[in-house]
Amino acid sequence: MNYEMGKYDVIVVGAGHAGCEAALASARMGKKTLLAAINLESIAMMPCNPSIGGTGKGHLVREIDALGGEMAINIDKTFIQSKMLNTRKGPAVHSLRCQADKEEYHREMKKTIERTENLTLRQMEIVDLIVEENSILGVVSVTNAVYKAKAVIIATGTFLNGKIFIGESSFTSGPNGLAPSLKLAESLKKHGIEMRRFKTGTPARVLASSLNYENMQEEIGDAEIVPFSFLNDHLEKNQVSCWLTYTNEKTHEIIRNNFNRSALFGGEIEGIGPRYCPSIEDKVNRFSDKERHQTFIEPEGLSTDEMYVQGMSSSLPEDVQEAFYRTIPGLENLVITRPAYAIEYDSVNPLTLKMNLESRKIENLFFAGQINGSSGYEEAAAQGLMAGINAVLKIEGKEPFIIDRSQGYIGVLIDDLVIKGTNEPYRIMTSRAEYRLILRQDNADIRLTELSYKLGLASKERYDKFMAKQEKIKDEIERLKKKEVYPGDVKDYLEEMNTSPLKNKISLFELLKRPELTYSSLERIDDEMPKLAQHEITQLEVQIKYEGYIGKQLAQIEKFKRLEKKQIPEGINYLEIDGLRIEARQKLDAIRPMSIGQASRISGVSPADINVLLIYLEKCRRENV
Amino acid sequence: MNDTISAISTAYGEGGIGIVRMSGSRSYEILSDIFDNIDKVENRKLTYGHIRDPRDGRTVDEVLVAYMKAPHTYTGEDVVEINCHGSMVALRKILDITLKEGASLAEKGEFTKRAFLNGKIDLSQAEAVIDLIKASSSSGYDVALSQLDGSFGKNISEIRQKLVDILVDITVNIDYPDEDIEEIVYENLRENIFKIKEDIDYLISTSNTGRILKDGIKIAIIGKPNVGKSSLMNRLLMENRAIVTDIPGTTRDVIQENMMIRNIPVILIDTAGIRETDDKIEKIGIEKSKETFNDADLILFLLNSGDVIADEDYSIMNRVANKNVLVLLNKSDMDRKIETDRIKEILGDKTFLDTSMETGQGVEELKDIIEKMVYKGNLKQDNSLIVTNVRHLNLLRDASAFLEDSLKSIDSNQPLEFIEIDVKNTYDDLGAILGEEVGDDILNEVFSRFCLGK
Repeated sequence: MNYEMGKYDVIVVGAGHAGCEAALASARMGKKTLLAAINLESIAMMPCNPSIGGTGKGHLVREIDALGGEMAINIDKTFIQSKMLNTRKGPAVHSLRCQADKEEYHREMKKTIERTENLTLRQMEIVDLIVEENSILGVVSVTNAVYKAKAVIIATGTFLNGKIFIGESSFTSGPNGLAPSLKLAESLKKHGIEMRRFKTGTPARVLASSLNYENMQEEIGDAEIVPFSFLNDHLEKNQVSCWLTYTNEKTHEIIRNNFNRSALFGGEIEGIGPRYCPSIEDKVNRFSDKERHQTFIEPEGLSTDEMYVQGMSSSLPEDVQEAFYRTIPGLENLVITRPAYAIEYDSVNPLTLKMNLESRKIENLFFAGQINGSSGYEEAAAQGLMAGINAVLKIEGKEPFIIDRSQGYIGVLIDDLVIKGTNEPYRIMTSRAEYRLILRQDNADIRLTELSYKLGLASKERYDKFMAKQEKIKDEIERLKKKEVYPGDVKDYLEEMNTSPLKNKISLFELLKRPELTYSSLERIDDEMPKLAQHEITQLEVQIKYEGYIGKQLAQIEKFKRLEKKQIPEGINYLEIDGLRIEARQKLDAIRPMSIGQASRISGVSPADINVLLIYLEKCRRENV
Repeated sequence: MNDTISAISTAYGEGGIGIVRMSGSRSYEILSDIFDNIDKVENRKLTYGHIRDPRDGRTVDEVLVAYMKAPHTYTGEDVVEINCHGSMVALRKILDITLKEGASLAEKGEFTKRAFLNGKIDLSQAEAVIDLIKASSSSGYDVALSQLDGSFGKNISEIRQKLVDILVDITVNIDYPDEDIEEIVYENLRENIFKIKEDIDYLISTSNTGRILKDGIKIAIIGKPNVGKSSLMNRLLMENRAIVTDIPGTTRDVIQENMMIRNIPVILIDTAGIRETDDKIEKIGIEKSKETFNDADLILFLLNSGDVIADEDYSIMNRVANKNVLVLLNKSDMDRKIETDRIKEILGDKTFLDTSMETGQGVEELKDIIEKMVYKGNLKQDNSLIVTNVRHLNLLRDASAFLEDSLKSIDSNQPLEFIEIDVKNTYDDLGAILGEEVGDDILNEVFSRFCLGK
């Protein structure tokens, strides 16, 4: 018999990267929040690679931080190696990535959640939803406890109907040996939520003491550590190394000879896997002319000897796994602690969600994270944060908080999922962003902190720090514009910096535009230079050096915004709009975009359809006046 | 949406006055760049002056300009109307200049659409506006397809494929810095982009689009020697340009003249008499004439009405059967011996016309027929086709400018992601010519070509 165990504003189901951010955001915005997880030892668990960030992903983490999320703060506490990627390219694609101590990452996140006001953490399996008149009212646990709520966020990752494949064996399971969530999957289907099957995989974990490090190449972290969180100015830490090694023809031969024993080729796996994260048998199969595939051996933490074998996920049987891993230099004598596996799981079709991540079928029911067809901790966390914020806004009767494609990678991610949809687990990439030059990791705070502060999420401390930084940069740019130098005064300096001499006097602002010169080097000709922090210098240099390009892109954004601002009323009946082609009617009716801009990104909607829609909206507007 | 648009707003080929109309916030600014009497321009007054091409300073036409400030205009936006002499050459040139100065080419029905959206057209007409958009988009689509069937579309696709190669490399370099992948070398990148820009520039200079814009429709005159081709040309030109004699084979080269027929710009081509010959110089002329009628928009095929069909006539007929042909039965003053039924059998349903170059009989009728063909859209001068063409040319020019920018970025050693922007813009422009939807094709290529793993 069911019994009531409490009333909450927001209930979050699942305490992975999405669930944690969702619950924290909701509680920090003052809502009474319940966070439910099958196992509290799996809070913020990293069931795959032991790292946070990377290209595109690092940008997401910065944005989560600028909005007052937790991921960046947590990784700054627990990283064991830090690296800025792409430093030989421009500022827009510099990407931060940290190796995490998985255990510490989990522990720190759990502590933060336990100590957050308004937030209740509870170990239990949620098995059913309470829905009345297409509106969510609460959830039911496996022990029949009923928890009432104004909004529910489902963030169950790969747990729903999880099924693990290792060679010819398969069994129902959540990730990393945890119990799967089978009943909730049934409940969602029962309530008419459209589900589909995706697949992903993870490589083996091996014992550090079983490796030959002389046969691998050491990869060390950056000497100068750039923190993930804008709250941290400076971090120092002893870092650990990763190790680079390669497969060879022998590895490939063993894999090829055992294709028939792989779950992937056996036809048992029906889920669609991501193309950017193929298993090693898939790589050998599809790129048969490639002589070697690289792999990084990455530590899983300081309190464990387990190492992660990056890029080598597999669904081959354990004997084959051991055999092919051992052909790789450095891994000759390896001891496997956990075998590689493929996992299949149910996910919802994100096209059935609104831009605020709320279900279009059931009011006040939100979905966030890998269950929406994304992959990656960072993609999950970003959605969790947005779902948390929007659940709160929804129950307060306020407008949703939408980040558009020109404001952040979070916007690109959610817009892609909800408007374009995805046929494979979705990973963010910088090339998915139209306005990459503006969406840099160095300026995420400039783009988003103020918005979040207004929502009541970003703290006063964060906001003040951000404002002070802005002020400082603005003042310094003004000073550089005013301060002029004469050809004679800077002749030696310019010669030494390998750049041409001046003909006339010029402002330092203009001079700094030369690619050969850095802000710090100006010190030699500028005795009034103030002391700026490294992140401030970065910001200043980007703003000055790339002014032209940035201006061009801002103009494009201006144009983009015009169409985004043209709202489409929620109740519009596309099926009755004469002049829209049938395909466009159906697509628009299914996806229900919020704006003309979004409508124009739906595949199958032509420019002529958009024109017809504009005319129709104007007609409705006038008829209503 | 709020871009300034520009279009020729009078029907093509009509005499008298032609109008190029602009609408949008930048209309006045664009006018001020191209009009020599801008200081005299006042709201709602006609001003006399000249349109000058700011790029070379040359005067294009003598015009009357009307500037109408928003909101009391047809579209509800700032509107500029340039009234010029109505020759299509001048109209197109002026349109072209406004596009180069930053206007975008108006889609069909776009002025009306804007008028409606800005509250200038009555609600009752909303359906009509939608019909207009619907109609123009479907016919426009057909035109784009028919045009891209040929080598132009193939060229664009090939160039676009080269851009894909570059973009895929850049994407992998940026998004997968850890992978075992060759790093991009700027010298190679520069060379590749430079080559692509050359390809695009070549298309701009030689494409059908450019030709029609500059010159007009191509009309070739063919027929066996001494059938009256040069006389016909002279009749149309009203001057003795070609050499006319009674000796077969006098016209030894292809003669080409730019002219106007009823205000329609035309390139008239007189081909050398087609005939088997041993004369070397004449052979060259004959080869050229065969080439000429391959890319002509209209072929005027002359036969001698007083003779039976000659072997040369048969060989011509076989070559032109699939083309746009007008059959002229010349020397109609002589007794008719030509077997018209046989001609119809080979050429199918073509228009026949009796002419005499001696008396001038049929020449005006010929002009009528050409004019009608233009209006009815049977020739390349078809309204929508020209618009599509101007659009193509415009996109190609933009594409070339983007690549120029990317080369500059390479030369000043800018980061890869800055170079990518201009290459991507070029790629999008060429996609717009092909009418292809923007999709995930670059990423698809990335994953199919490179082995990438987490």
